[in-house]
Amino acid sequence: MLVQIDCKKIKAKLQKWSGIVVLSSILWLSWTNFAVANESSALQRHILSRLTFGATSTEIEQINKLGSEAYIQAQLEPQTIKELPILEDYLASLDTVNREGIEMQKELVVLNRKRSRVKPSDKRWQQLTQKIRKLRSGALHEAMNAHLARAVYSERQLQEVMVDFWFNHFNVDAQKGEVKIWMNDYENQIRQFALGNFYDLLLATAKHPAMLVYLDNHKNTAPESPVGKKSEWGLNENYARELMELHTMGVDGGYTQDDVIALARIFTGWGIDRWGKKGEKNGFFFFDNRHDNREKLFLGHKIVPNGMQEGERALDILVARPATARFISYKLAQYFVADEPPESLVNQLATEFSNSRGNIKLVMDTLIHSQEFNDPQYFERKFTTPYQYLVSLVRMGEIEQPNFKRIRGMLFQLSMPIYQCSTPNGYANTKSAWLNPQAILQRTSFATAISNGTLNQESEIVQSRLKQNLGEISVTTNKAIYKTRPFLKKALMMGSPEAMYR
Amino acid sequence: MKRRNFVTAASLAAAGMLLPIGCNSWVAQQANASNDKRLVVVFLRGGVDGLNILVPHQTAEYYEARPTIAVPYPKQPNGAIDLDGYFGLNPRLKDLMPFWKQKQLAFVHSCGLPLVERSHFQAQDYLENGTPGVRNTNDGWMNRLLAQLPQEGLTQALNVGVTTPYILRGEQQIASLKPGINSTALIPTDRSHVKTAFSQLYNGTDELSKAFQAGTKAREIVLAELDREMEMASKNAQNADVFADDAAEVAKLMVGNANTKLAFMEIGNWDTHVNQNPILNRQLPLVGKGLAILAAGLEPIWDDTVVVVMSEFGRTVRENGNKGTDHGFGNAMWLLGGGVEGGIYGEWSGLADSVLYKNRDVFVNTDFREVLSQIIVNHLAVPSDRLNEIFPDYQLTNPFNLLA
Repeated sequence: MLVQIDCKKIKAKLQKWSGIVVLSSILWLSWTNFAVANESSALQRHILSRLTFGATSTEIEQINKLGSEAYIQAQLEPQTIKELPILEDYLASLDTVNREGIEMQKELVVLNRKRSRVKPSDKRWQQLTQKIRKLRSGALHEAMNAHLARAVYSERQLQEVMVDFWFNHFNVDAQKGEVKIWMNDYENQIRQFALGNFYDLLLATAKHPAMLVYLDNHKNTAPESPVGKKSEWGLNENYARELMELHTMGVDGGYTQDDVIALARIFTGWGIDRWGKKGEKNGFFFFDNRHDNREKLFLGHKIVPNGMQEGERALDILVARPATARFISYKLAQYFVADEPPESLVNQLATEFSNSRGNIKLVMDTLIHSQEFNDPQYFERKFTTPYQYLVSLVRMGEIEQPNFKRIRGMLFQLSMPIYQCSTPNGYANTKSAWLNPQAILQRTSFATAISNGTLNQESEIVQSRLKQNLGEISVTTNKAIYKTRPFLKKALMMGSPEAMYR
Repeated sequence: MKRRNFVTAASLAAAGMLLPIGCNSWVAQQANASNDKRLVVVFLRGGVDGLNILVPHQTAEYYEARPTIAVPYPKQPNGAIDLDGYFGLNPRLKDLMPFWKQKQLAFVHSCGLPLVERSHFQAQDYLENGTPGVRNTNDGWMNRLLAQLPQEGLTQALNVGVTTPYILRGEQQIASLKPGINSTALIPTDRSHVKTAFSQLYNGTDELSKAFQAGTKAREIVLAELDREMEMASKNAQNADVFADDAAEVAKLMVGNANTKLAFMEIGNWDTHVNQNPILNRQLPLVGKGLAILAAGLEPIWDDTVVVVMSEFGRTVRENGNKGTDHGFGNAMWLLGGGVEGGIYGEWSGLADSVLYKNRDVFVNTDFREVLSQIIVNHLAVPSDRLNEIFPDYQLTNPFNLLA
C-alpha cells in the first residue's frame, strides 16, 4: 500500500520535472547521479533490462527515485500500478478486444451454419466466407495490436514480460481452427494469473477454448461413451502428452505412455459449448456423455470416477510433482538469467516453487533477489528475441504511436510472427535460436529504417534520450557512432550489440 | 530520391536477401572434395490430391468414388494424358510431358509417412524432421543431409522463404532467398554508407560481428548472381506466378558461382476440402510451368539434378459432399531430373474398398524415407553407413531403383 502511494506522488512529481530533464542531458546526468548515490546504476539497468521490454526515461526516473527494491515490489504487484490513459484509450478503441470471446464464437457458429446450407457455387457462399474471414482475421489483428500496445505502453512491465513468458510456455497457434477469435481472451487469462498461482494458470489454460482447440482436447472422447459409440471421435492424447511434456513435468519428468493414456482418459469430455448456452463464461463445458467413467491409475494415484473433478485432481497432482517445480524453475531461470541457467539457482527456485505450492510471485521474488540474478557476469548477456528487440527499440526510441501493423510485418520477416508459433513448445528465448547472419542483417536493416522514422514519421527520436535509454555503451560502439555521419548515428545505436542484448 | 526516403522505403522489403541462417557454424567452413550433384525439394503444403495428379484411369473404382471430380479418361475432353496404359497425368501438368518422354519423370505411388497422421502440421513436421513418430526432433533432415556433404560455402543450401522451415532447421548454415520478385530489392545495409557504418561497428571477432560479416558476404554473392533487370521485367506478374520466378532464381544460383547444391521451395493452398477442381486447375499449371522453368535454367547441370515434389498426405479416395476431398493417407511423390530413371514405382494395390486403409484411403506401401534415402545415397553419394545421421533408425530396402 505504502508503495502505491509513493508511486503516485513520485510520478506526479516526475511529470513536472520531466520537461526540464529532457531539455538538457547534462542537467539530467547530474540529477540521476545525485539520486542513485548509494545504488549501482549497472544493477538498476540490469533490473530494467530483464523486468521490462526496454528502458524509457520514465522507467529510469522511477527506479532512480524509488530505489530498485521498491520498484521491484511495485512490479510484483501489478494491480497496484495504474495504466496510462494512452494505453487504456487505445485498448478501448479496439472493437473485438472488448467483445466476449463466446459472443464471437456464437457469431462464427451461426455464419458457418448459414454457409453450410448454401452451395459453394452460390454467391451467398462467397459473401458468408468473406464475413467469416473478416471476423476471424479482424479479431486476430486487434488482439495482436493490443498485445503490442501493452508491451510498449504498460506501466506493469514485469506483468507483460511474464505474459510473454507464459504465453510461449502455454503456446497456442492462431492458424488453427477458431483459435484466432479466442486469442485476446486467452492472453487475458494468462495475464490474470501471470504472477499468481501456477495451478490457477494451468487450469485456466486447460479449460480455455484456444487450448482445447489447439491441442485437440475438445474432441477427446471416450470410445465407449454414449457419444463415442455413435461418432468417429475417440481418445486424443495430444493435450495429455503436451500437458506433461511442455506445461508441467518436462519430457524427462518421469511419466510413461500409460500415464499419457490415463491422463487423456481423465480429460475426456472437456470441451467447448460453441452456442454459449450451458457452458462457462468463456465457453468451457464438461460433456459428461463423452467422459470415460472408469477408474484410472495416473502417476501412481488411483483416480476414482468423478467427472470433471478428475481433471482438476490430475492438475493438482501435476503441480505438486517435484519435476514440475524443477521444469518451471529451469525455464524461468533461463528466461530471466541465462540461456544455461546455473544449477544452484534452479534448485533454489524449485524449492520455493514446492514450498509455496506454485506461487509465481514468490518464485519471481526469489529469482530477482538471488545471487545469480544480481551477478554482473550475467548482465547484458541474454540475446533478445526478435519480439523483445523490436519492442525495445520502440520503447528506447520513445516512438509515439508506432505503426503496429508494420511491427507485425517485421516480426513476420524475422520469423517470429505474433501468435503464430505452430509448434506447442512456443518460441525459444535463447541466443542459439535467434542469432544468425540473416537475423543480424535484417536487424541492422530494420534498425536503420526505424531510426529514420518508418514506424512513425511524426515522432522524432531524440538521439540523446535514445543513448541514455540504451545504457552503458562499449568503447567499440561509441567509436563507431562517433566516426559515422550524423544521420546514421541513431541507426548504429539501434542496431548495436547493446540494443540486441538485454 | 532523398536519402532518408530511400532508406525507409527499402526497408519495407528488408527480407529480400540471400544470406546464411542457422547458427554458429558459418565460421567453420573447410574446403573439401567437390560434389556436383544437386537436389531440389518442392513441398506442396496442405495435402495435394495425388489421385487427381497421377490418375489411375483403368480403375473403375476411381470413377465410382469421384462422380464429379474425377479426371476423365484419356482422349476425352480434359482427359488424363496417358502415361503407361494404366496411369495418366492430369492434363494441367502437360508442361511435364517432355520429361516423361525423355524418361526424366517418375512417380512413386502409395508413398508417404509410415504412420497415420491426419494433422497437417504434425504430418508436415514428420516429413520435415525425418523422424516420423518423434515430434520434438531439433533439426530437419535437409540440414542433417547438408552436414554429410562436403562443405562448400555460405550459399551451399538455399531456402526460398523468409522463415526457416523445419526441414532446414539445425546446426548447418542455410542461405535464404525471399520469394517473389523482390528478392534482390535493396535493403538499407546494401547502401555502401550504411554497410560501411555497420561494418565499423561489427569489425571484431565476437559472435555478432562474425554473423554480420557472413551475412553481408553471402548477400554480395546473390546480388552478383541474380540479374536484377530480369526481375524488373516480371514486376507485373500475378502473385500466383511467384513459383516460376523463384524457380528461375534458384536455377541461376545453382548453376552459377553461388555453388548451391540443395534447395527447398514450397507452395501452399492444396487443402482442397471444397470445390477441388477449380483450385487444382488454377494451381497445377503454375507448378508445371515453374518446374519446366527450373529445368530449363538448370540445363547445364540437369543430368546431375533430382527434383522431388512431396506433400504431407494424400486425400480421401471418395469425394466428399462439397466436391472436395478430405485428409487421407498415401500419396504420390514426384521425381524429376536428369538423374532420375523415369517411370512409375511403388506397390499399387488398387482402389477396391477391401484394400483401402480404414475403407477410405490409399495405403502407404513405400516409406517416404525410402525414396529420399535412395537419392541421398545413390545420387548425392552420402555413404550408406551415414544414412542414420539423416534418418535415424531407417534402413534402405531398395525395392526399386529410381535413379538413372
